Amino acid sequence: MSQPAKPAPQPAGRAAAKKELPEHFKAYKHVWVFIEQERGHVHPVSWELMGSGRRLADKLGVELAAVVIGPTGEATRAAVAESFCYGADLAYVVADDVLTDYRNESYTKALTDLVNTHKPEILLLGATTLGRDLAGAVATTLLTGLTADCTELEVDADNSLAATRPTFGGSLLCTIYTLNFRPQMATVRPRVMSMPERVEKPVGRVIEFPLGLVEADIVTKILAFVPDRDKATSNLAYADIVVAGGLGLASPENFQLVRQLAGVLGAEYGCSRPLVQKGWVSADRQIGQTGKTIRPKLYIAAGISGAIQHRVGVDGSDLIVAINTDKNAPIFDFAHLALVTDAIRLLPALTEAFRKRLSAHTRDRIAS
Amino acid sequence: MHIVVCIKQVPDSAQIRVHPVTNTIMRQGVPTIINPYDLFALEEALRLRDKFGGEVTVLTMGPPTAEDSLRKALTIGANRAVLLTDRFFAGSDTLATSYALAAAIRKIGSTFGAVDVVFTGKQTIDGDTAQVGPGICKRLDFLQLTYVSKVSSLDLEARTIEVERRSEGGVQVLRSNLPCLITMLEGTNQVRRGSMINALNAARAEVVKWSAQDAGVEDIQKCGLRGSPTVVKRVFAPTPRAEKAKVVEAAGQPPAEALIDEIFKLRPKLENEMFELARGF
Repeated sequence: MSQPAKPAPQPAGRAAAKKELPEHFKAYKHVWVFIEQERGHVHPVSWELMGSGRRLADKLGVELAAVVIGPTGEATRAAVAESFCYGADLAYVVADDVLTDYRNESYTKALTDLVNTHKPEILLLGATTLGRDLAGAVATTLLTGLTADCTELEVDADNSLAATRPTFGGSLLCTIYTLNFRPQMATVRPRVMSMPERVEKPVGRVIEFPLGLVEADIVTKILAFVPDRDKATSNLAYADIVVAGGLGLASPENFQLVRQLAGVLGAEYGCSRPLVQKGWVSADRQIGQTGKTIRPKLYIAAGISGAIQHRVGVDGSDLIVAINTDKNAPIFDFAHLALVTDAIRLLPALTEAFRKRLSAHTRDRIAS
Repeated sequence: MHIVVCIKQVPDSAQIRVHPVTNTIMRQGVPTIINPYDLFALEEALRLRDKFGGEVTVLTMGPPTAEDSLRKALTIGANRAVLLTDRFFAGSDTLATSYALAAAIRKIGSTFGAVDVVFTGKQTIDGDTAQVGPGICKRLDFLQLTYVSKVSSLDLEARTIEVERRSEGGVQVLRSNLPCLITMLEGTNQVRRGSMINALNAARAEVVKWSAQDAGVEDIQKCGLRGSPTVVKRVFAPTPRAEKAKVVEAAGQPPAEALIDEIFKLRPKLENEMFELARGF
């Protein structure tokens, strides 16, 4: 809700704040990454964060620990093993069948107890529904600072975490510190950081930690889990190719042109915020500051003007192709390739051209 | 039943302009709105009240001008509005904000009747952190239910509540107890329009204005800048990309063809990758 409402001019004492770490926080050492698993599946944002965590730990000259919380059994063991392949020096494990599904009460207890016992200086979590639910509760319990949705994590000259995040929908960036409290906590959205290389390694040091809760202690019960019928929506962030449409498409009917192109390319499709607000496309397809961050090899934006809040979500794309009638649209400031034309007319032609191109490719392949 | 809905007055972010030299938000003439996600929270609260009886109190922490948003919420149908405003709150981060709001909610409970549910939007459009809801919840020691799309049932006798909650890859159906704090997802309900009668009443209504002291804030050191563990050291505008987009010139061939040529020229590997991907469909 409120990172400071007035970014600048800053009140006296804010930018000038000094690091005067209280004595009892000086024992806090090492970088931790929370490994998020749900129903036996580790969210890739955990490995992306291991990449950032490794860099921070190396700069600080400390260890990188993976924190794995989940049920007893194979899935948790596999997550621990995998965390070593992504650079963990050690893993803290809280394994208990009470933790089979995510619930705020049990996970908050597990993580706060771990922090209070083993005292990390930095704790990173994914800014997912699970990560945000957990991080907010844990930071409040620990009475420490938490910076949401960071796009950059650095260590400065006096070994403090400098966490940079967009604010006001991406119009400005703020660099935020938690100078005198520990741990320094931050969340990062999926796909903001690149995926580190996976190196096959045997399991290293594992520190088991008890949960100290039984099922009867937990008020909230899970009655059912209904998996999304449309699996693709959760893949948008991880798709190699994304086609998206914006207001330039002029009508909800024209949005199918985006879907058709995506279909031919085997791509995912998305949209800019106004289309969700108009009810043309469902919210889980929204790309940008309040939607999903994407990192595809190819991003085709059709009829999207490219407001700053959209840019925040697509900046990690390897190649951005923008189609827009307005040659002054802001998207042309951050796209790589521009076609100044009407997307409504171009999209069907592009779909057809790609169809031909890719099927010709098939013929060549068979012939060779 | 007594429900508190936390709302925030925010600048309409679609119209935010940043001063190119000073990197400050130019607020002059930027209209303020009720944070859109909070409207879904308000609507869900009003639906529960309509079904089970009781009252809805809206609460905001902000400058005195935030009273406008509270009056809008009264027009939409809230019974009572509380404005928490004090210079001691200036510069609050999420931890300090949740401290002040939790104190005010306790005070609302002791003044107007025990609070069963607190609603907030999932996040605001200016701060975008989604941290204040969980923060308030922990401080009140309520049960935390975030990213809720629907309150499916409520039993005031048994003090139980069932909700549908968005999680990664699906929806969790949860049963929990009152008192709880719920953060609402967008698009969950059609938000009602205020009636004429509500608008007239809202214009005449007394908005309760509390300072930190009035709200029973115990430790002023935990408010505002002083109570905020996070420190904003630097504010800057995103760096523009070094070069503008290359404009595709369709010389003698259809523009779609020219575009594809250009894509594969820039990223030669993409052609094979796209073929593999397309074959899967």
